[in-house]
Order: sequence, then structure tokens, then C-alpha cells
Amino acid sequence: MAITEAPKIVTSRMGYEDSHTIERYLATGGYEALRKAVKMTPEAVAAEVDAASLLGRGGAGFPAGRKWSMLRKAQTTYLVVNGDESEPATFKDHLLVERDPHQLVEGVLIAAYALQVTKVFIYLRGEFALGLERVQQALNDAYDKGAAGSDIFHSGYSVDVVVHPGAGAYICGEETALLESLEGKRGFPRIKPPFFPAAIGLYGEPTVVNNVETMSNLPWIINNGGAAFAALGAGRSTGTRLFALSGRVKNPGVYELEMVKTTFRDLIYAPVLGGGILDGNDLKAFIPGGVSAPWFGPEHLDLPLGQDEVGEAGSMLGSGSIVVMDSSTCAVRAALRITKFFARESCGQCTPCREGSGWLKRVLNRIESGEGREEDLDLLLDVCDNIAPGLTWPPQQTTICVLGPSIPSSIHSAILMFRDEFLHHVKDGACPYA
Amino acid sequence: MNHLSPEIRARALEIVALYPDARSALVPLCHLAQEQDGWLRPEAMEEIAQIVGVTPAEVRGTASFYDMIHLEPVGKYVISICTNIACLLRGGEDLLNHAQSSLGIGVGATTSDGMVTLEEAECLADCGRAPCVQVNHRYVGSQTPESFDSLVEKLRTGELSDSIPPHGTLIRVRRNVGSR
Ligand SMILES: Cc1cc2nc3c(=O)[nH]c(=O)nc-3n(C[C@H](O)[C@H](O)[C@H](O)COP(=O)(O)O)c2cc1C
Ligand code: SF4
Ligand code: FES
Repeated sequence: MAITEAPKIVTSRMGYEDSHTIERYLATGGYEALRKAVKMTPEAVAAEVDAASLLGRGGAGFPAGRKWSMLRKAQTTYLVVNGDESEPATFKDHLLVERDPHQLVEGVLIAAYALQVTKVFIYLRGEFALGLERVQQALNDAYDKGAAGSDIFHSGYSVDVVVHPGAGAYICGEETALLESLEGKRGFPRIKPPFFPAAIGLYGEPTVVNNVETMSNLPWIINNGGAAFAALGAGRSTGTRLFALSGRVKNPGVYELEMVKTTFRDLIYAPVLGGGILDGNDLKAFIPGGVSAPWFGPEHLDLPLGQDEVGEAGSMLGSGSIVVMDSSTCAVRAALRITKFFARESCGQCTPCREGSGWLKRVLNRIESGEGREEDLDLLLDVCDNIAPGLTWPPQQTTICVLGPSIPSSIHSAILMFRDEFLHHVKDGACPYA
Repeated sequence: MNHLSPEIRARALEIVALYPDARSALVPLCHLAQEQDGWLRPEAMEEIAQIVGVTPAEVRGTASFYDMIHLEPVGKYVISICTNIACLLRGGEDLLNHAQSSLGIGVGATTSDGMVTLEEAECLADCGRAPCVQVNHRYVGSQTPESFDSLVEKLRTGELSDSIPPHGTLIRVRRNVGSR
């Protein structure tokens, strides 16, 4: 496989120092797509997005066009943009929000027009202080240019877009928790059914929730046509996608790559991408799609970066975040840190998630600090099985949201792949990497 | 007598007007109160409660859910060091340990001069520049122990006060298009 010559769909302006300004945006074709869209019928705009087969980029990978068509027509509906980005090791929306806020805003306005909503909320995690400023500035400019607000580009269509700051809570990335949070409450996920946002969303009204990257693709799709987007990639994974590469690689960063045409090996080792492992070490394992995903080993390096391809191999592409662990990485410590995160961020509504995460953290901590027993491995798997019965992937859901059933991924993977390492900790009474 | 200054209160009312339901403004108003006071004072909770139409206990209960809203005073600069997976693999825990000994405080504590509060953060979505550090939620790029110490020094001398406003000031760009 190779790195293809696919166009940069969402990162075309990243080379400019002033990529976030209205001047640069207008000088590089900005707001042409919105001008074009408002001359089309809303149905025709939605049809382009449908033709693009754009899969949601927030983690679940649901087709955006299909989600939109689920909205009941002629209702007060809301569009809510998910910029909470807090799945550990995910940092692609950060780039889009800070470096190309106008592209996001234009995409949001195109979606709003297709859905004919009159109110949009862009929910950004509170830790994006600069991002919040940049998006607000972009909106101020868009209103000023007649691209947002009343009668946009003299089309007769009006929409108001509000930037809403979060305040530090991972769970608010889950769409129903996000809606609770946007209503001024604690971010407790709602149970689905009945609370599918498309049916009962913000303030009880039908609501579309889409991710920042999903929205940022729309200007290109409208300018170039859904078919041109669908011609990139393969199978269900069309277009390009942002991959956030981190951990023990030489060049961590966000890379826009054509879906399916590139492999994990390319991403991690190609000199123009990851550049290989730090210190010339060996790859030990990698996480293919955020910390909720089961781990892969070196034998999976030649898998293509595609949603179904990764799914069929037993994990998920999720949020497109790849974490590389090398021969210097302690698998127990890595699993412990991920589990600590879940224990801290569990909202506490469901017993298996709340109690299970705490248990798992304590047992892993004991093993990592050299006080574990051999039986602890079975205990870990047992608690994991209580949270996600059968330890299958995708997991069985026993809880309100999928945070809970994601907790076992790292522990189960680490034990399956590195059981000896756990036993070393137990036998030596210490972490061999310390 | 209002606790929020006339300017902050006016801004609060503008924010409320953006939402179909006033309660949606609760968290943004907590941020705003922190802009005035650096943290969420009980007096501010009462006023927010009255503005958005809930009880002060509901404001407290909601605010306590969110890590960025502080129910106790914090330093002028809150330094967050991420130790989550990508940062762990790049020395995040070592940096946090260094920060504790260098500042002479534990995680969650504030230096005696009231300048710095230290936090251990979960992923801050800057994993490409690990270990990731934020000061008052402004990214300052990955840090070594040495660069961390000089960062703190610059905070103390005020050298960075243009790029990093005091704790609580989250957003300096205001919506200037009214409510529609
Ligand atoms: C625990 C949890 C955390 C999530 N965090 C995020 C997030 O930070 N950003 C995001 O866009 N989606 C996140 N999602 C997925 C959202 O629920 C939702 O599927 C997504 O925003 C839909 O947008 P899309 O279809 O454009 O991908 C999360 C889901 C779960 C279960
Ligand atoms: S699974 Fe965990 S995070 Fe999700 S609703 Fe239940 S307790 Fe909350
Ligand atoms: S893991 Fe540290 S910023 Fe993402």
C-alpha cells in the first residue's frame, strides 16, 4: 500500500500561518460552498451528503446523510455540533477548531440549511480556550459577511449559531450527555430508547448531533459533489479522514489520509508520516481507535485504515486515534492509566460501570506496584465480564451508555497479549519496567 | 446588592438570551463568574441561580460535576499536566512528579503565594505534543522539567500575562452580533 495523492479535504489550509482568519478563508474559496448550497433545495444539499456516504467522524461512524433523513420534517429541530473531543489520544478536532474555524462554521451552516433548522449550538470542550475564541471570531465574521444570521446570502433562510463552552467532563462527548449538559445539567447520559436525539433531543425536540470533523467535510462535498467524495476510499469508508497518531513514534501528529488506501504500517513507519518508533525500538502494540478500542499487535500492521476492515479484525477505528506502544512500554501500566481514566470519568449512574471501574483500577494498581497475586488476573477478567458479558467486540451493553462496556478493552487486550508480563509483576513483586 | 459586577451581569443576561431555556446558560455563567472571581463563590452561585431560575443548590450540584468550575479558590494560574496514555508514554508522570517537587505542592494544591495551582489532567486533546501542559486552559506545548521551571518563572514575573489571562478568563472574543 502507499500514501495516495488524494486531495486534502479538511486540512488544505493548514500550511498557512493565518489559516484561521476570514481573509485567508475567503482568499482560498471560503463560503463558495454555502453560496452554492443556499441556491439548491435543502433536499438537494442533503442528497449530496448522502451520495458522499460520509460516515460520522465522532466515533460511532454512522452515515451522516442517513441520520439527517431520520428527522421528522416540519418540526422545530436543532443541530448540535459535538466538539467535546475528550476520548484520550484524540486530537483532530482540536486542529480543525483552532486552525480552520471558518471551514467548520461553513460546514455547520450547510448542514443547518439542509436540515432547515433555525438554531444551532456548537458545543466545544471548555479546555479549548483558544478554539472557543477562534470559532466565536469566525462566527462574528460570518454574520458580518451575511453568511450567518438572517437571510443568509439573500436566500431568505435565517439561522442563529451559538458557541457553547463545556467545562471539563469526558462523558459530555456522549451525545445524550452532551444534550443534558447543554440544557444546563450534569452530563448524565440518557437511556436509548427512547432518548435517541433524532426523536427526543435537545429540550425534547428532534435534534441532529454531528461531530466537528463530520461538519468540516461539508464545504468540500458541496463544492466537488458527493460522488467525488465517494470515489475516494473503498467500501463503506469513503473520503479521507484525520488520523491522530501519538505515543512512541518519531512524528506524532494529525494526518489526513485517504480511507482504506493506507495501512497502519504506513501511518506508523512512513518517513512522511509517523517516521517509525522512537529510539529504534520495536513496536509492542497499538490502539487503533481511541482508548475504548481493543489493542492490536504487530501482526495487524498491514490492516488498512478503514472502518469495516478494523471492525472485522476485532477492534474499531473509533475516533481515528492511534496510540503506539513500544518495547519500553509496560502493558500493565498502560492498562492501569486507561482504567484510572474511566474510573474518574464514569458518571456513576450504572453500577457495573461505577463499581467495576473502581475495582479494576484497584486490582491493576496492586499488580503494577508488585503486590498482586496470580489469581488477580482471573479476578480482572471476571470483573470485565460483569461489565461486558462474554467480552465480545463490539461489547454487550449492560449500561446506559457505552462508556461502561468500553472499560474492559484495554485490560482484556493487555492480558490476552501480555499475560507473561502481568505474571512477572506478580513473581518479581515489582514492575519490570520501573 | 448584586455580587456580579454590572458589566459581567449584563453579559450574563446577554448569554441567557441566546438559549430557548435560561437554564442552558448555567455553565457559561459559572465560567463568567470565574472570570470575575477566579472561582465560583457562593454569592455568585446565588445570583446565577436567580438569573437562570433554579435553586443555588442546583447550581452547586451541577457545577460540581465539571472539573473546570472551582468551588474553592485556586491560584492565578492553574497548570494542568496530562498523564493520560499518550502523555504517559512520553513522560507525563515524570513531569507531574517534577512539577510537584519544583513547586513544593501536591496535586490539587496551590502555592503559598497564590500564584499556581497544580492539576493532573485527563487527555487535553494535544497528544501530539506530549506531555501536554495547559496554563489556564491555554496550550503551552510539551514541556521538559527545565522548560517547565522557566515557564513557572515567566508566569511569576508576569512575562506571559498577555497570552495567558488570569484564571477564569476563558474567552476574550465576545459574540458581537446580539441575540437573534
Ligand atoms: C463515552 C462517549 C464519548 C464520546 N465522545 C465523543 C466526542 O468527544 N466527540 C464526538 O464527536 N463524539 C463522541 N462520542 C460519539 C457521540 O455520542 C456521537 O455518536 C457523535 O457525536 C455523532 O456525530 P457523528 O455522527 O458526526 O460522528 C462519544 C460517545 C461515547 C459513548
Ligand atoms: S455506562 Fe458509565 S458513564 Fe455511561 S451512563 Fe452508565 S455510569 Fe454513566
Ligand atoms: S493523552 Fe495527554 S493530551 Fe491527550
